[in-house]
Amino acid sequence: MSDKITFTIDGKECTGKKGQTIVEAAKENGVYIPVLCHYDGLKPAGACRICTVRVGGRNMAACTTPIANDIVVQNNIPELEDMRKAIVEMLFVEGNHMCPTCEKSGNCELQALGYRYLMMAPRFPYLWPTKQVDASIPKLYIDRNRCILCLRCHRGVTTKDGKHIFGPVKRGDRTMITADPELAAGMTDKQAQQAMDICPVGALLKKEVGFVVPVGKRKYDQKPIGSEIQGN
Amino acid sequence: MAKKITIEPVTRVEGHGKVTIHLDDSGNVSQSRLHIVEFRGFERFVQGRPYWEAPVLVQRLCGICPVSHHLAAAKALDVIVGAGTGDGLTPTGDKMRRLMHHGQMFQSHALHFFHLVSPDLLFGADGDPAIRNVIGVALQHKDLAVQGVMMRKFGQEIILATAGKKIHGTGAIPGGINKNLSVQERDSFLKGADPMNIDKMIDWAQGAVDFFKSYHAKNADMIDNFAVFPSSHLSLVRKDGALDLYHGVLRAVDADGKKILNDVDYQDYLKYIGEEVRSWSYMKFPYLKSIGKKDGWYTVGPLARLNTADFIPTPLAQKEFEVYKAYTKGKPNHMSMHMHWARLIELLHSAEVIKELLNDPDLQKNDLVKKGKKRNEGVGLIEAPRGTLFHHYRINDDDQIVMANLIVSTTNNNEPMNRAVDFVAKKVFTGKPEITEGMMNRVEMAIRAYDPCLSCATHALGKMPLEVSLYGAKDELLDCKRK
Repeated sequence: MSDKITFTIDGKECTGKKGQTIVEAAKENGVYIPVLCHYDGLKPAGACRICTVRVGGRNMAACTTPIANDIVVQNNIPELEDMRKAIVEMLFVEGNHMCPTCEKSGNCELQALGYRYLMMAPRFPYLWPTKQVDASIPKLYIDRNRCILCLRCHRGVTTKDGKHIFGPVKRGDRTMITADPELAAGMTDKQAQQAMDICPVGALLKKEVGFVVPVGKRKYDQKPIGSEIQGN
Repeated sequence: MAKKITIEPVTRVEGHGKVTIHLDDSGNVSQSRLHIVEFRGFERFVQGRPYWEAPVLVQRLCGICPVSHHLAAAKALDVIVGAGTGDGLTPTGDKMRRLMHHGQMFQSHALHFFHLVSPDLLFGADGDPAIRNVIGVALQHKDLAVQGVMMRKFGQEIILATAGKKIHGTGAIPGGINKNLSVQERDSFLKGADPMNIDKMIDWAQGAVDFFKSYHAKNADMIDNFAVFPSSHLSLVRKDGALDLYHGVLRAVDADGKKILNDVDYQDYLKYIGEEVRSWSYMKFPYLKSIGKKDGWYTVGPLARLNTADFIPTPLAQKEFEVYKAYTKGKPNHMSMHMHWARLIELLHSAEVIKELLNDPDLQKNDLVKKGKKRNEGVGLIEAPRGTLFHHYRINDDDQIVMANLIVSTTNNNEPMNRAVDFVAKKVFTGKPEITEGMMNRVEMAIRAYDPCLSCATHALGKMPLEVSLYGAKDELLDCKRK
């Protein structure tokens, strides 16, 4: 029996392999589905729901839903796009995001999605929460003002023996990312850079090397997010 | 009957302030003050942030001269990352920053003279306020207005090429710079289509100096006697005494030209400079500790720089400097309106320096950053368009800023601006039965000469409401006029 699976996204005939999620298969077929908590190579978390698509009339997280033969996926429809924009807006108002002075500006996926969805001002009131920063790790600075709790650092940054260096603590709206002090103290420069790269926003910053990429050379200075997949 | 006159807001300056003038029963000025009515707070909310954010964060307190704050903060952080004080960077790092700074000086000085000051000169202090603004200049003196706009644009393009953005860039980083200048960028400034090339900018800058000298020749009485009072002057100078707007040692001279701060290392500025707080203004009053609070105040900015420097290290500006110095027979110049003259000589100097730098192959090299042994404290000074700018940071072992102290150029000029206001107020208001718009504009002209950046945050161009309130001896409102 063949592993090949055929399905459609917004009417486009797509093919994929058994076991792939909708996000993975869509990418291979040149269809952009926005993601934030998803990161290639990491186990899906379904945390942010920005990738929500409609399958058979039901809203599903495309990063956790496997493809199946003949499914009909709706992706680029006004209702979903507005919902995704609302999620971006919620993430902005839930934190304290000061793009003008953030080192991740231009490389930030949340900011890039804000631009993609032409977010002028959020429809929700700003919460201006009190968030703490943690500068105690030798090679890394955690700024929880900017954290969107995507858990990418939790899933993607581990020690050689597989221990998680970062993880969520507390519950509900008090949930925050923290680092194991002992494991974090042993982080190498390479791991610190990996943590910074894996973070979609400016919540994890490698110390002492700020703003080394000039404006104009940053990832999203030239092309908007998603263009690397769908080519516009 | 005693009166209190309020000029609020002061127009054609950066930021917001107001002037109050108290008249006694005989109509004489009994007290006049320039109040700064905004509160900023950057020194507080930068605390806790990682130190490498400071050059990008703190520059946000200004929309006109963010480059100055960006560079002063970066210079302070150079000390913290062990790259030395100003002259310890790589040649490319140092020269790219200097290019950025002179682009800033060029655009800011052009903005001030052509957009903010030229209306007073072209239409007169009593000119119709409806046209006494940059729009009036554009309508009636198109060539001059175009020059002003294009010179500003040229400076902004230099900033874009060095800082990454025209406003609030990220180019200067602790220990150096994050980009060099490409050959393409360099050639666009050296060989750009008319008028956007450096040779034309030098011509226009020379033309602006000549314009002022010509105006001065016809209006010497007003220019020389408008707001004249003795003052000490302070600025950075190069170690050999040359004008250096980016880096140097700290020098101050008294009203007679005697050195009262003799080329000291600015890392020790706290030994020499104190700040006094007065209840009626959010802006502090700096003073030289060796002289004391009462008489230790000083002036900074173009007038001060040309009073402290021994020479200007570019030929055209040096030639103009000699003419300028000869006018006061080599003595310190205390004429507030000569600040415009000095500023235009600096405009010419910056254009010349930009050309020198553009022809320097170091700008195309790739050795951008230098670091050494880290320290927990650093001070960065720079000669911003409006005068000496101080940034001082202290960090903890976790790389967070725990203390920031900023003395911005306009703060240094607080006392001189108050003196200038008092001088002009006494001259134009005393014994006058009626208060006219022209009289109020003269007070503003005195402030404008200092090119103050009152909030170091906003820039207001064109017509802003000017409210004048007359108060009786018991502070009751007698009359209120708004223009």
